[in-house]
Amino acid sequence: MRLQYYASRDKQQRFFTDFRQSGADSMFLQQLINGIALGSTYALIALGYTMVYGIITLINFAHGEIFMAGAFVGLLLVGVFKLNVFLAMGCAMLFCMALGVVIEFVAYRPLRRSSRLSALISAIGVSIFLSSLALMIFGANAKAFPEQAFPVQQIRIGNADISTLQILIIAVSAALMVTLEFIVQKTRIGKAMRATSEDYNTAALMGINVNRVISFTFALGSALAAAGGVLVGLLFNAVSFNMGLMAGLKAFAAAVLGGIGSIPGAMLGGLVLGVTEVFGVALGYSSYRDAIAFAILVLVLLVRPTGLLGEKMQNKV
Amino acid sequence: MLEGLINSIDPYILQILVNIGIAVILALGLNVITGMTGQLALGHAAFMSIGAFSGALLSLKTGVPFSINLLLSGTVTAAAAAVIGWPILRLTGDYLAICTLAFAEIVKVCLLNLEITNKALGLSVPPPRSPLPMPLTVLICVCLAIVASAFIANSRFGRALTAIRDDEIAAESMGINCARYKVQSFAISAFMAGVGGSLYAHFLGYINPSDFGFHKSVDMLCMVVLGGLGSIPGALLGAALLSAAPEFLRFMAQYRMLVYGALLVSLMVFRPNGLLGGVDSAAMLLRKLGLRRRCALPPREGS
Repeated sequence: MRLQYYASRDKQQRFFTDFRQSGADSMFLQQLINGIALGSTYALIALGYTMVYGIITLINFAHGEIFMAGAFVGLLLVGVFKLNVFLAMGCAMLFCMALGVVIEFVAYRPLRRSSRLSALISAIGVSIFLSSLALMIFGANAKAFPEQAFPVQQIRIGNADISTLQILIIAVSAALMVTLEFIVQKTRIGKAMRATSEDYNTAALMGINVNRVISFTFALGSALAAAGGVLVGLLFNAVSFNMGLMAGLKAFAAAVLGGIGSIPGAMLGGLVLGVTEVFGVALGYSSYRDAIAFAILVLVLLVRPTGLLGEKMQNKV
Repeated sequence: MLEGLINSIDPYILQILVNIGIAVILALGLNVITGMTGQLALGHAAFMSIGAFSGALLSLKTGVPFSINLLLSGTVTAAAAAVIGWPILRLTGDYLAICTLAFAEIVKVCLLNLEITNKALGLSVPPPRSPLPMPLTVLICVCLAIVASAFIANSRFGRALTAIRDDEIAAESMGINCARYKVQSFAISAFMAGVGGSLYAHFLGYINPSDFGFHKSVDMLCMVVLGGLGSIPGALLGAALLSAAPEFLRFMAQYRMLVYGALLVSLMVFRPNGLLGGVDSAAMLLRKLGLRRRCALPPREGS
């Protein structure tokens, strides 16, 4: 199991070193593109954390596992049912929407009135359950998307190479984020979401069906995570049962970095983390790769205790 | 005689008991900062690993007696916690939680890259230099940890911590120096984690930085929350249950972790405050023994 894990890490490592070999002058632009591609996947996952947190102040530790489930469903549809990547991504999003709603109903709804730590432990329980379920069904080996799933070509822009896969990742993430922003800002349910996150009880008094709003939030966040899962699976060409853990932690770090509860904050946080991580690796700190994201987080929180775009909390008596 | 007593216990059972003992020390440690002071810490495995590695290095390089080794590794860990705690304990709630989590990941990655900790290969730890057998040492440490926790909970210091947990602003306005108390409780908590880590290292004989990942921190947190946050018997029960659970569930082979996850969810759904949360166990014990009269309402404190 550990060997396989390193094998998938090796692929990721190669992804980074590939780009390090290009010339020094084009390095900056090249790494920026890599960083934005990686960062947009973090942002996609971080959005789910931040939305759920904004509404019920729960750190949804099962979110990383939803991301993993999305990647597996996408892989299954592409590999076994030979579906188109986009179609597979759509189906994975639908599946994870249902998964997110079910998880909320079973594991979080009964705990809504009890202490937040109980809900947190419940979330951790769900996360252990899902990852061991994936281990049982798909085994410990990292799986790869078939070669023809998405034909990758390199396009030259100025001095930097950008692959079609990176364009796909950035485009899909941007489209999803714009859609999300539209849903939250312009639709009726989005207005209800904003009201609920402002004040849960008052929103309920104003006739908003709070339970439905929370379910909807989970569905939205899970769909974004599923899309992120398929994209990350394509990017690193590896889908494994434990991919949700680190990705989930980093995305959570991204959400907090941007200011948890704030949707633009999660996008910004994801991009910042992705770009710094890629630059850190490019500068030769590849063995400290996982620490870079967290070090940035700690440093930012020391200067701005509520994250980059977080609202300043008022201490009320 | 003691040797004979310990040898008479089945080695498998003994191993589980020692594991439980170490878990109890760790859980009681986390209980100080999360249960009593109410500061959610998601990175306690980092302190365990600092304690484990300093204990292992002390054994390898200096060969001090085991009791001194435990004390020193606890102190090193507490010092590390005080240094890191001073800036980050200003953060509140979930920002603190994620900061401790981030700190734990950074410590793990650093230990994986340091020359002195043998990088990713981990360290082999020599057996402890102590006349006492390992299980007995663990038992003594457990007793000391319980006594210390009970002492903290019922002291002026412990009441200050509870005040901070219940309402930080009110505590501050009553003249409690929140920042200082938080750092102190963080250091005490880390001290216990460090001792537990050193015991763990010497009991297992081999440590690897990857063993002290997020899952370890989560395990500790589950013990404390499952037993009942802030309750010492709760921490004992939670630690015993959760470290024995994988052994009891062994017959299910590959379904083990699946059941474990489902168990966590259902326990939380049915007992949201933990198994012993909100139970005054001392009063209950006295009542059962007939030493205190039954009453409809729990007696008010101080009256």
